[in-house]
Amino acid sequence: MNSAGSIKFLYAAYTVTWLIHALYIGSLVRRYSRVRKQMKDLGKGK
Amino acid sequence: MKKAFPILAVLTALFLAYTFYQAMFVAPTDALQGDVYRIIFYHVPSAWTAFLLFFINFVASVHYLADAKPSTQRAAKWIAIAVGIVGVIIPYIPQVRDWLQTIGMYPSSAATTALMIPALYFVVGKLFRGQDVDVLAVTCAEVGVVFCTIVLITGPIWARPVWGIWWAPGDIRLTSTLVLWLIYVSYLVLRRFSDSAQTQKLAAVLAVFGALDVPLVYFSIWFFRTQHPQPVIGGGGSMDLRMLHVLLLNWMAFLCFGFLVCWSRFRLEKLRREVEEAEALESLEEHGSPVVQSSAKVPLGGGSR
Repeated sequence: MNSAGSIKFLYAAYTVTWLIHALYIGSLVRRYSRVRKQMKDLGKGK
Repeated sequence: MKKAFPILAVLTALFLAYTFYQAMFVAPTDALQGDVYRIIFYHVPSAWTAFLLFFINFVASVHYLADAKPSTQRAAKWIAIAVGIVGVIIPYIPQVRDWLQTIGMYPSSAATTALMIPALYFVVGKLFRGQDVDVLAVTCAEVGVVFCTIVLITGPIWARPVWGIWWAPGDIRLTSTLVLWLIYVSYLVLRRFSDSAQTQKLAAVLAVFGALDVPLVYFSIWFFRTQHPQPVIGGGGSMDLRMLHVLLLNWMAFLCFGFLVCWSRFRLEKLRREVEEAEALESLEEHGSPVVQSSAKVPLGGGSR
């Protein structure tokens, strides 16, 4: 097996792993800010 | 608890950086595969973490269904105890012990795995009550799907240079993992889009049956001929001890990371349900219907967004 050729697959796997985690954490942050906004709106309404 | 989160996040980030260094530079290069085998340090810990989260989802779903009535709650408790006792005895029956040895599994590890079921059942029951059990179930399913997605993507990336193909069609390990992922994605889709009052119960039933796929995925490489390699721990697999050490370190780091992500997701779900409940109460106060007001006590938050 060509080790130099296959190393790009290793980098790809590690990059994809952290990309997926980053995207998921990003979605959590977005949902948190949406809920906080809703809480703020509820506070204003009272 | 709020102050502990950033500290734990920093510690986990440092731990992940350390295990990344171990995986890339310390673990020895594989004689056959070269450096590409290092994908194992992300692929396998992601799979184990996903299985564990789906297992917790299963236990939480059983709790949610069983806790509805005192009689089912008692029955579930005794079933969990029975599973533990039978699971400890069966691996030491001579015929079963011999058979376990043929597949390279120790009776003690089979008994320990069986004991995990009642142990986790009682721990979840002690720590989470009422709607919190359902919040835990949706949290573990969602984070489990994230880890399972990583398994399904890093697997083909590893397979391409080693097997020469991205995917082995019909391979039981690969197919059952894909089915597992689809089951939990459908679980999340059901929770996201169903407005029925029965959503939580339906999702819990789906989770209980979906969890049956987890042992099928895990044991498929023992029982069927498959392109996928044999397990690295038990099952006749052999791995250099230095590689095994790095693999277990990476799993610990992934578990810490998974725990923190679950913690955030759990808090988010609790907040979301509180807001939803407060919004419903506010709109009821505006309309002021006493009949509807009484129904506002019914817990909201069947879906998860």
